[in-house]
Amino acid sequence: MAENVKPRVKVPKSASAGEVITIKSLISHPMESGQRKGPDGNLVPRSIINRFTVELNGKNVIDMQLEPAISTNPYIEFDAKVDEAGEFKFTWYDDDGSVYEETAEIEIS
Amino acid sequence: MELNRRKAIALGAGGAAVVAFAGSALAQAATDAAAPAADAAVNTAAAPQTEAKTVEQWIEEFTGGAEVTEGGITLTAPEIAENGNTVPIEVDAEGASEILVLATGNPTPGVTITKFGEAAGSRKIATRIRLAETQDITAIAKMDDGSFKQATSNVKVTIGGCGG
Repeated sequence: MAENVKPRVKVPKSASAGEVITIKSLISHPMESGQRKGPDGNLVPRSIINRFTVELNGKNVIDMQLEPAISTNPYIEFDAKVDEAGEFKFTWYDDDGSVYEETAEIEIS
Repeated sequence: MELNRRKAIALGAGGAAVVAFAGSALAQAATDAAAPAADAAVNTAAAPQTEAKTVEQWIEEFTGGAEVTEGGITLTAPEIAENGNTVPIEVDAEGASEILVLATGNPTPGVTITKFGEAAGSRKIATRIRLAETQDITAIAKMDDGSFKQATSNVKVTIGGCGG
């Protein structure tokens, strides 16, 4: 059960054509590993974000498979090459079937 | 408008009615929001629990048994992590198409498999991971030419990050 899941991304507003930019992403999520015991002594069931993908104008930037070893509030930093203005689309896939999405525009300066 | 006592009372009642209406609308919205949350809770219970694969199984699955050589990949991790709950790591492998990261001392060694697409600006990722105890972290990169490169880094953990 993931509540108050809030995706956040940091993308520069503009870049020059062909520039490589660094993108930082964070999503608030408990990433329950399935290893931890709750107050009642039973294992807390696993509940994590298991996949994270980023696209720029439909072109894949990264596609990550995440495991329980990723910390609470998964933070991921990576680089993207911007050839044209457009929209980044970030998608997080939860174990419970929820999909969280975020977008960010970028312009060519 | 001249405001006498009667009009003031009427206004007050009107205001109260508006507040009451808004309140009920909010309550309705809250109920609507709660319904999908309950659905999600049911789904969580049914979520498939993947079997814990061993380090060997992870590597075998990733490389298909191919030879893995040292070098050509940089794994940056702290020497000492005071808190195993969140250890910053960075992997950089120029020319890699996929990178596998393993925490060899964790109950479930898998950390991430990252695939880079055509719009990727580099073959580098940084994230934060959990480490249960002092251990080696291994990163294996699948290069564009089909070869595999590996790097290992030992991290001393003061407080473990997997509960228990």
